[in-house]
Amino acid sequence: MRTLLLAGTALLTLAGTAIPAAAQVSDNVIRIGVLNDRSGIYADLAGEGSAIAARMAAEEFGNKVAGAPVEIVVADHQNKADIAASKAREWVDTGGVDVIADVPNSAAALAVQGITKDKKRIFLMSGPGATALTGAQCSPYGFHWTYDNYAMAAGTGRALYEQGKKKWFFVTADYAFGQSLEEETTKMVKSLGGTVAGAVRHPLGTADFSSFLLQAQGSGADVIGLANAGGDTVNAVKQAAEFGITQSGQSLAGLLMFISDVHALGLQAAQGLMFTEGFYWDMDDQTRDWSKKFEAKAGKKPTMVQAGVYSAVKHYLKAVEAAKTDDADKVAAKMRELPVEDMFARKGKVAANGRMFHDMYLVQVKTPAESKGPWDYYKVVKTIPADTAFMDPKQSGCPLVK
Amino acid sequence: MVSLLGIPPQVLFGQLLLGLINGSFYALLSLGLAVIFGMLNVINFAHGALYMVGAFVAWLLLTYAGVGYWGALVVAPLVVGLLGIALEKSMLSRLYKLDHLYGLLLTFGLALILEGAFRHQYGVSGQPYPIPDALKGGQNLGFMFLPNYRAWVVVASLTICFGTWFAIERTKLGAYLRAATENPTLVQAFGINVPVMVSLTYGFGVALAGLAGVLAAPIYQVSPLMGSNLIIIVFAVVVIGGMGSILGAIVTGLGLGLLEGLTKVFYPEASNIVVFVVMAIVLLIKPAGLFGRER
Amino acid sequence: MSVASNSTHVALRGPARGTGTAMIAAALLLVAVAAPFVLYPVFLMKVLCFALFACAFNLLIGFAGLLSFGHAAFFGSAAYIAAHTVKVWNWAPEFGLIAATAVAGLMGLVFGLIAIRRQGIYFAMITLALSQMVFFLALQLPFTHGEDGIQGVPRGTLFGLFDLNQPLTMYYAVLAIFVGGFALIWRTVHSPFGQVLKAIRENEPRAVSLGYRTDRYKLVAFVLSASLAGLAGGTKALVFQLASLTDVTWQMSGEVVLMTLLGGMGTLFGPVVGAGLVVTLESYLASTSLPVPVVIGCIFVVCVLVFRRGIVGELLARLPKRGR
Repeated sequence: MRTLLLAGTALLTLAGTAIPAAAQVSDNVIRIGVLNDRSGIYADLAGEGSAIAARMAAEEFGNKVAGAPVEIVVADHQNKADIAASKAREWVDTGGVDVIADVPNSAAALAVQGITKDKKRIFLMSGPGATALTGAQCSPYGFHWTYDNYAMAAGTGRALYEQGKKKWFFVTADYAFGQSLEEETTKMVKSLGGTVAGAVRHPLGTADFSSFLLQAQGSGADVIGLANAGGDTVNAVKQAAEFGITQSGQSLAGLLMFISDVHALGLQAAQGLMFTEGFYWDMDDQTRDWSKKFEAKAGKKPTMVQAGVYSAVKHYLKAVEAAKTDDADKVAAKMRELPVEDMFARKGKVAANGRMFHDMYLVQVKTPAESKGPWDYYKVVKTIPADTAFMDPKQSGCPLVK
Repeated sequence: MVSLLGIPPQVLFGQLLLGLINGSFYALLSLGLAVIFGMLNVINFAHGALYMVGAFVAWLLLTYAGVGYWGALVVAPLVVGLLGIALEKSMLSRLYKLDHLYGLLLTFGLALILEGAFRHQYGVSGQPYPIPDALKGGQNLGFMFLPNYRAWVVVASLTICFGTWFAIERTKLGAYLRAATENPTLVQAFGINVPVMVSLTYGFGVALAGLAGVLAAPIYQVSPLMGSNLIIIVFAVVVIGGMGSILGAIVTGLGLGLLEGLTKVFYPEASNIVVFVVMAIVLLIKPAGLFGRER
Repeated sequence: MSVASNSTHVALRGPARGTGTAMIAAALLLVAVAAPFVLYPVFLMKVLCFALFACAFNLLIGFAGLLSFGHAAFFGSAAYIAAHTVKVWNWAPEFGLIAATAVAGLMGLVFGLIAIRRQGIYFAMITLALSQMVFFLALQLPFTHGEDGIQGVPRGTLFGLFDLNQPLTMYYAVLAIFVGGFALIWRTVHSPFGQVLKAIRENEPRAVSLGYRTDRYKLVAFVLSASLAGLAGGTKALVFQLASLTDVTWQMSGEVVLMTLLGGMGTLFGPVVGAGLVVTLESYLASTSLPVPVVIGCIFVVCVLVFRRGIVGELLARLPKRGR
């Protein structure tokens, strides 16, 4: 299948170079649809910020690639997979949309992945975390850009182990997502020789974590891993501070956190927390520069999801420019061929299963005294190199990988 | 170590205490619902949203006006109460002659608007609210570490709950209130302004929700979504306790908090289903609720 | 307990109004058959699924006076059942839909046995609490795949004859399901059984004194409504080829209440109109910057305050009252 595809692409590329015709862009417009949650629980980490990031990427090309104007359209999937699916179908069938970007919420992303695969449209995922997107449900046109649950969980597990924290206790959200975070981390920690002291499962949307934290405290573990997300994590962290858990020597590790969560918690409650990030605005001049421009438009620093949308859109446009067409097969081939090089990712590369490999970072939240100003939140403890940060494509279960 | 059903007693006591803390929130919220239902025959779906507004008012006061926790404890319930009176006067009062279900539907719409508006304005991740300095730290009770703030929450809400119960069941004002629920026309004939009393009751009920919001702000994140799941549990509490029963709401709230605490020890996965299971059982045995009477 | 009594007095009375409704129905059916050539079929199928869902809900509120605030439990669970049987067990779509409907009906029986014991607001709150329990179960049971949902459900071939992967075939299949469900509701409402339901709605003690065992009637209505809601949910899972948590949340229960309220409780066509409007509105709002919940909430408030008959109810009330 893959060889056929490659051969086909090679032939087409050959044909493309043989006839030096003008760029082939369907309906003469490159239309990028940013589809995400603009009103619900993911609105802060993706939302309008992702649209701004996509526009910034297009502006760098003068809103024009391969002789065709670039247009950004936006929609709110309201965290409903069926709205995401129908919007995506509508965009592709009647709206002339060539690329769909972002799509937080795994159910929505998996639905859109199915549609873009059928209809041969590029899908740039920044918001979702499900590893199935580059595993069993991978697509030749789907690119998983920013992070995934494996990178967040296993990355944190390994990095903390290397910091000498070997005994874990999990506070896990009791549904597929939380369980998979716990499982990935456990696998990693155990494979390195660490132990798991226990785990407690809490229902999604728990407001009060005190009883679970009490059990974690009593377990004598070095690290309490929070295998949950969003409001659950935020509440757990806040109450851990109240019960003096970090002060008593245990570390708290978020297995899926974003800078927007830290911002919401405030440093007082979040200090000392460790987790994995795909991007931090205060890494070097390039990231500071871009984030400053972003902040001017959005009023806040970018999350890794928003920065990832920028990077993915930019890489896509680069590939269109190089392929001189918006034909999905050719562009997808180009995207896999070209290295990803921008302020978000250095020497990033796209694997056969669509996973974009780039460095991740283990960060620790600063104390209020260490922080010098607004949004000065992280100490980067360790850079996790790209090849250990993500799952080996061979083990992903993606049929595109041989 | 002595253990009870495989659980060390220290853990058990700890969890029961924590259950009591949660229960006092349930009690405070279901009390407000019960007061409103008793007087207006309206199930206030906006109760969770107004609880959220209470927490947000506290946060806004701290952030923009520099008014701290203790100030917010007074001001926020007042603001929420006034908002409630305005809503009652302008909208709810038009529906009393109709089926009570319309009150439920109206407040459902209001809850959507309030939550949506705050979500639109402040995002969903929520805002941090610190524990007041006087209540920082905690006590080591031997079997667990009890943060001072939690202890304060229990004391404060129990005081308010039983104060309200006393005011309604044992004072003259309470007698008027109870009379007006039974026969508004007759009470009106005695020269008591029933519509004003109804407005004030609604204001008082939602002010309790606002107060619970302020109490919750330092523990939970001040977030637009904080009330939306809680409200359904509180509904179940009110159904179990018997609608409109003040004492029933308080006792059931606390009892279910304890039960939930126990479930978290023995089978945590079920801790947010247990309330609904209890509700189904109670309804099968005693359809009017534990403290309710058939109407 | 007569939420919709003021509007149904005018609806569907007498033979003249009956033939009128039949003519309207025939005209609407023609429009529905032609629609996919003008409008986007997936969108139309979504409208039809929600319209059937709202009609099923309306059978309870409009004709039996019972407000269920937990109908999403039937809708969503049925979607999971249909998706699971078709995808994992490789059942044919018709059997998947039958299974979905049956499971929803069974759940309706259990819910009904608990909730029927109370009326009015109590009934609403009990159904709400029970459906929240179903939500947590759906979240935790392994076969629903948590927040990923069941994805990539094959549409298959209906009766081994019609390939549902063709959008038009799928559309007409959905239309047939909708028409079937709608006809069943119509029959029910106009049957002696429906008359008893209305009697219970208007005055339950009197119905009891006439010797009717009202609880049984209400229970049958509840099970029927739940089954049809399940049929709608199962169909939706096939249309979108997925089943997700959205459909079991209590917000979804609220949405179906809104559709029915907006279109007109207790009118046969009201829920269809309401569903069409709400689905259109949601899809339109998706591309604007207006916050969706606020808009939906405002419509709710306006409907309750000044527009209780709903669109169709209002129209019927303004029609000249023939034959009276």
